[in-house]
Amino acid sequence: MIEKFRAWNKNRHEYAIEWKKRTGGKVMGYFCTYVPEELLLAANILPVRILGSHEPQDVTEPHLFGMYCPFSRDCLAQGLKGRYDYLDGIMIAHSCLHIRQTYTSWDKHIPRDFSYYLPVPQNLQTPHSKPYLANEYKAFKKALEEWIGKEITEEDIERGINAMNDNRSLLRELYVLKERENPVINGEETMQVAITQQLIDKNEHSALLREYIKQLKIDNKQHDKTRLMILGSENDDIEFVEMVENCGSTVVIDEHCIGTRYFWNNVEESEDDKITQIAKRYIDKPPCPTKDWMDRNRVKHILHLAKLYDVKGAVLIQQKFCDPHELDIPAVKKALSEVGIDTLFLEFDVTVPIGQFKIRVEAFLEMIDNDDLF
Amino acid sequence: MSIPKYKTAPLKVWAKAKELREKYYKNYMTAHDTGGLRWAGGAWSFGAIPAGLGRDVYPLTGEPYGASIAFKKDFSLKCLEAVERKGYARDLCSYMRNYWGSIILDEFAFGGKFPKPDFHFQDHICCSHSKWYQVASELEGGIPSHSIDVSVGPYIDVNKSKIDYIVAQMHDSIEWLEKTTGREYNDDLLIEAVENEFRSTARWAEICVMNKARPAPLDEKTMYSLYVLGTLAKHDGEFADFYDELRDEVQWRLDNGIAAVEHEVVRLMSDTQPPWGFLKIFRYLESFGAVSIGSLYTFGLIGIFEDKPDGSWGARETPMQKGIKIESRDQALRLMADWNLSKPEWQHFYSPHLKSKMMLKIAKEWHVDGVMLHYNRGCEGLSLGIAENRLALIEAGYPVMTYEGNMGDEREFDESQTMSRMESFMETLGLNQLAV
Repeated sequence: MIEKFRAWNKNRHEYAIEWKKRTGGKVMGYFCTYVPEELLLAANILPVRILGSHEPQDVTEPHLFGMYCPFSRDCLAQGLKGRYDYLDGIMIAHSCLHIRQTYTSWDKHIPRDFSYYLPVPQNLQTPHSKPYLANEYKAFKKALEEWIGKEITEEDIERGINAMNDNRSLLRELYVLKERENPVINGEETMQVAITQQLIDKNEHSALLREYIKQLKIDNKQHDKTRLMILGSENDDIEFVEMVENCGSTVVIDEHCIGTRYFWNNVEESEDDKITQIAKRYIDKPPCPTKDWMDRNRVKHILHLAKLYDVKGAVLIQQKFCDPHELDIPAVKKALSEVGIDTLFLEFDVTVPIGQFKIRVEAFLEMIDNDDLF
Repeated sequence: MSIPKYKTAPLKVWAKAKELREKYYKNYMTAHDTGGLRWAGGAWSFGAIPAGLGRDVYPLTGEPYGASIAFKKDFSLKCLEAVERKGYARDLCSYMRNYWGSIILDEFAFGGKFPKPDFHFQDHICCSHSKWYQVASELEGGIPSHSIDVSVGPYIDVNKSKIDYIVAQMHDSIEWLEKTTGREYNDDLLIEAVENEFRSTARWAEICVMNKARPAPLDEKTMYSLYVLGTLAKHDGEFADFYDELRDEVQWRLDNGIAAVEHEVVRLMSDTQPPWGFLKIFRYLESFGAVSIGSLYTFGLIGIFEDKPDGSWGARETPMQKGIKIESRDQALRLMADWNLSKPEWQHFYSPHLKSKMMLKIAKEWHVDGVMLHYNRGCEGLSLGIAENRLALIEAGYPVMTYEGNMGDEREFDESQTMSRMESFMETLGLNQLAV
C-alpha cells in the first residue's frame, strides 16, 4: 500500500490535474501550514501545498536575492517553470519572510484567478491572538465565498473540520505505531504518507491510510535499528531520509512542518463558533520557530517527542539561510544535549550532497551506538 | 555635460545631533547611578510605552547600536566571532550578531562593560526581532522580555480588528511593565511621548520632502547621521525639538540655494541600510557629481508619509495638526498603533510590489536619475523583495546598479569590487570623475 503513497508523491501534479477533471473543483496552491485547510475543504477546494522538486534551477535569480532559503527558491522555480499551471488560486498564511517572497513573486509573475495573503499572528502566546485570527479567518471565508460564488455554511465548515480531523488523527495513529520498540514503519514510509497528506484529497488519503494502518498492525515487519529523530526546517527530501536509514537507523519521529507540526493537534469542539474553534487549533499547534517567543515552547515539545519516542540521536536539519531555525538551533541542541541526546547538524540546499552527508551520518551513528571501529 | 556649481555650507545643527547621540548612550549607561531604569529593544518598538514609567527611563535600541559596532570594525569582528563560537549562523541579522557579541564579550561599544538592561521591550516585525531578545535574555541570564506582534498586514488593509489586536497587546504590555519594574504607570507621560513621536516622525518626513529640490539641501550620507536620532528614541521630546530645528535649517538652505554637494550633476537613490563601515562610497560617488538624495529606507524607516490631495508624497498630518486631543491611554495607544502601521518601510514586509510603488514615487518626485540597490546580506527584513524592486525600477526606465554587501559584517563587503561597479555605473550615466 505504501507504493500508492509513493506514486501520489511522485505524480502529484498528474493527481491534481486528474482530480480537477474528475470533480470539476478548484485547486488552491498554498504556502505554509498555518493555512486553514478546513475552510478550503468546506468550499470543496483541493488544497495542495506547493513544494520544490530538489533539482538545480536557474529561473529564480531575477526574483529572489540569493540569501533567501533554497526551499523558497525551489518552490518559486516550480511556478516559473509552469509545473503548477493547473492551480486556480494561491494563498499564503503569514509566516516566515522567505516564503512570503515566493508568494509575492508568484502572485505577480504567475497570476492565478484567486490570490490571498492571510495574516496570522506571530505572537501565539498572547490570548489576543485567537480572536484576532478568528476575525482573519472570517474575512478569508468571505473572500472564498465571493470567489466560488456560493455561501460556505456551518455544515460545510463542519464537514471541513471533520475531514481534517479524521486525516490528522490517522496520522497520529500511524505515528503511535512508531512509539513501539521495533516500529513496523520507517521514516521514509512515514514521510511518503505525511507529504501526500498535504497534496491529496483528504478523504481519499484518509481511506487509504486507514487501510494501511490496519495492514501495518498485522504486519510482522520490524525496524530495529538506531532510533533517530529528525527536526528543523521544511524537509520533504525523501532521498536524504532513505540515506539516513540505510546507514543503520530508523527515523522514528520528526518535528517538521511536513510531518508532526502539520497534523499533531485537532480542532476541538467547544462553545465557540466553528471558525474560532479552527483558529484555536492553529494557534495551539506545535509552533514554527518564527512564532515561538518569548517562551521557548517548541523546545519543550521537542523534548517531549524525544522522550515519547525513546530517541537515541537527533538530526537537526536547516534550510540554508533559514533564520527562524538558525535562531532556535543552539537552544534545541543544548536542550537535547542536557537530556543525553546527541545531535548532528546538517545544512540543506535545493539538492543535498548525499555522499558527504552519508559519511557524517555514518560517523554520527557510530558515535551514538559506540560501535567498534575494528 | 555641464558641471553646475552650487553654494554649500556645513549644517549648523550637526554638533547638536552628535551631542544628543552621545547624551543618549551616556544616559543609558548611567541610568542606574540615579535610580533610573534601562531597557533594550528595537528601533521599531513602541518606545513611547516604557516612557510612561518615568522620565528616568532610558532605552538602548538594538539596530543603531549594532550599526555603531559595525562602524568600529575591529570590535565588530570580535563580536561576530564570539557569536559564531556560541553556535549561531553567520548569515543571521548582523546588527543582532554585533549586539549579542557585545553581551557575550561584556564590552560596550562606548566604553566599559555591557550595561545590562532591566528589561527588554520589543515588537516583532521580521523573523528575528522577538527572537533577538529571546536569545539576548538567555545570554544575559534571564532579563524579563516582552514583545508586541504587529503582523497584521499592510496599512491599506488595516481595520478595527487589526488595531484591536495590537492595542490589546499594548495594554497588556503596560501591565507587564508595572509588574516587572514595580513602578506605577503614568498616562500623562505616555501621551506626551506619543505626541513627541508623531512630531519627530512627521517632521523627519517634512525634511525628506525638502530634498525634492534641486540642488538637494541634504545628501544621504549626512541624512544617516540625522535620521538616527529617530531610531534611538523617536518619542523623546529633545529629539522632536531637534527635528523642528533641523526642519527650519533645511528650509533656510532651500531658501538660500545651499546644496549638500557642490557639483550635483545626477541624483541617485539607494536602498536598504548601507555597509556602515564603508560610508565613504557615497563620497566616491560625489567625485563624479552624483549625489544620493535618499531612499525609502532613509526616508521611511522613521518618517511617516501619506499621499497628499495633489497625489504627491508628503509628511503625514499628525493627530495634533488634525486638532485631536489625546485624553486617555487607550486613545494614545490606538493612535500610535495606526501611526506606526503606516510607516513606509513597514509595507514591504507584505509585498515588494508595494515597496516598488513607493520607490517609483520617490524616483519621480525626487527627480532621480539612477538607483543603486544594496543587496544587503545583513538584513533579511529590508532586503526582502529587493530583486523584484530592481525589476520594477528597470521596467519603469531607471538605470539600476546593485552591489552585494552587509550593513554590519565587513567580511561580506568587497570594497574594491563595489567601487568598480560604481565606477561602471557612473560611466553608464555619462559621468567621469570631476577634475575639481
